Amino acid sequence: MKRFEFLIEWALFLCALLSIGTTAGIILVLAVETFAFLREVPVTDFLFGTNWTPLFATPSFGVLPLVVGTVMVSAIAMAVALPMGLLSAIYLSEYAPLGVRRLVKPVLEILAGVPTVVYGYFALLFVTPLFQRVLPDLAGFNALSPGIVMGIMILPLVSSLSEDAMQGVPRGLREGAYALGATKMQTSLRVVLPAAFSGITAACILAASRAIGETMIVAIAAGQQPRLTSSPMVPIETMTAYIVQVSLGDTPQGTLEYRTIFAVGMLLFLGTFVLNLVSSWLRARFREEYT
Amino acid sequence: MTDGQLLDAGSRRAIARRRFLDVLFQALALLILCLALGSLAALIADVWSDGFSRLSWDFLSGFPSRRAADAGIWHALSGSMFVILVTGVLAVPVGVASAVYLEEYARRSLMARIIEINITNLAAVPSIIYGLLGLGLFVRAMGMGRSVLAGASTLALLVLPVIILSTREALRAVPPSIREGSYALGASKWQTVWYQVLPVALPGILTGMILALSRAIGETAPLISIGALTFVAFAPDGLWSPFTVLPIQIFNWVSRPQIEFQANAAAGILVLLALLLTMNAAAIWLRDHYQKKLT
Repeated sequence: MKRFEFLIEWALFLCALLSIGTTAGIILVLAVETFAFLREVPVTDFLFGTNWTPLFATPSFGVLPLVVGTVMVSAIAMAVALPMGLLSAIYLSEYAPLGVRRLVKPVLEILAGVPTVVYGYFALLFVTPLFQRVLPDLAGFNALSPGIVMGIMILPLVSSLSEDAMQGVPRGLREGAYALGATKMQTSLRVVLPAAFSGITAACILAASRAIGETMIVAIAAGQQPRLTSSPMVPIETMTAYIVQVSLGDTPQGTLEYRTIFAVGMLLFLGTFVLNLVSSWLRARFREEYT
Repeated sequence: MTDGQLLDAGSRRAIARRRFLDVLFQALALLILCLALGSLAALIADVWSDGFSRLSWDFLSGFPSRRAADAGIWHALSGSMFVILVTGVLAVPVGVASAVYLEEYARRSLMARIIEINITNLAAVPSIIYGLLGLGLFVRAMGMGRSVLAGASTLALLVLPVIILSTREALRAVPPSIREGSYALGASKWQTVWYQVLPVALPGILTGMILALSRAIGETAPLISIGALTFVAFAPDGLWSPFTVLPIQIFNWVSRPQIEFQANAAAGILVLLALLLTMNAAAIWLRDHYQKKLT
């Protein structure tokens, strides 16, 4: 009996260990191929080169165009998701009557659950043609419309996590502000928002990490032309879209092209990993402040 | 005494201004919210108007074709359902077991803390990174090739953190008195978990499972990076069979310039959304049913 209990506990423990194994597996797979890649391409050429043409006859492996493309699309997405997400979080947390909350929250959940390939379709075939009526210079593939659509996609994440943070602020702080004669807006913006600041920052960082790792929207609607530009109107390529592009062709294992996707993946993993760590650290700190 | 007599004109104006700003702010927030909901409506209306006319029994039961009007999605739809089934079989037992360990056995240990932090981080790793893991580990190192099993294993690792997190939530909702009652009757730890805690938590666990799998069914990027986009024109017939899934077929059609294929993509999206809606409705039904029973 005792032995059986012991075996069960060990079996459960091994299952829990699998998640550590997953992290280790990710790091190992990425590291092995990345080191093989860096043996042939100097790391400075990779990180600071401004030309990304790995599939050309005379290849060049400067990852900067992909990084800039990724950052640009993510920045556009955050410019949409941050103000909109925060405002709707304030509204849902501080203003909305129960009926509105009951109606809106499930709809936001649906918005968050729509597959990203659907958003890609929406960006390419609805948003881009719509914008082209106002901006005739906008190319069929561009950074602008996938960025905006991605912003709509991560809006529910920003909104619901920020709302959770605001709900975590003790009632007493609000009541104090009301007692001093503050309106709801003053209370929300000057008391609740600063009090929930670290929780909200954590939400925004997590959203940024989601934007950087998002793949299908940009693979469909941003084009596949690695280009070092600051214009959101022309086709670009993000790190994720590049991985998709190479995966679509049949690149043989062990070639330098095959390894590029792991090197780019490593960069992507490290970037999002750091953001996720900062975010969970901030969230933990926020929880400590009020419990 | 009324407000007017208590305050001078300047203060009254200041108060009126603040109240006006408050109303303005509320209106702005409401407007933004409507904009967000409106974009969902626009998305659905757009896909509906592009794709509805393509929906038919022939479309659901057909196979890919070079002519857009003859193409169907049965190969992709059955691929999706098969892959998700295998994903569930692989991920659910392991996920539930991990959650039971973390929640019931090792609540405070250092190892549990490390595993917990690790799971939260894994939940935020981009899905395409899981695709690279699947490519390096399952497809190449373990020699599974571009099979259903490789795809499902990749997706299983992807949804594992989601299943663990939601199962822990469900376990936490089980009142401690149930465990204490079981112990008082002389049950061992595992007997308590197996006969008392898990049955009570089951609806919550199932809800989380359905939501996790509905996330997996919409995933495209990890399956593309393990190489599932090779032209597959038949329904998968086993774990080692090559396969394609609905989101990948949609991606394939969106990427073509012809408007007829884009209509196919829209129709495929409608089928995918209907599938997701059904799964979510099932999850919500389970949750409500469970809440009623508890109170």
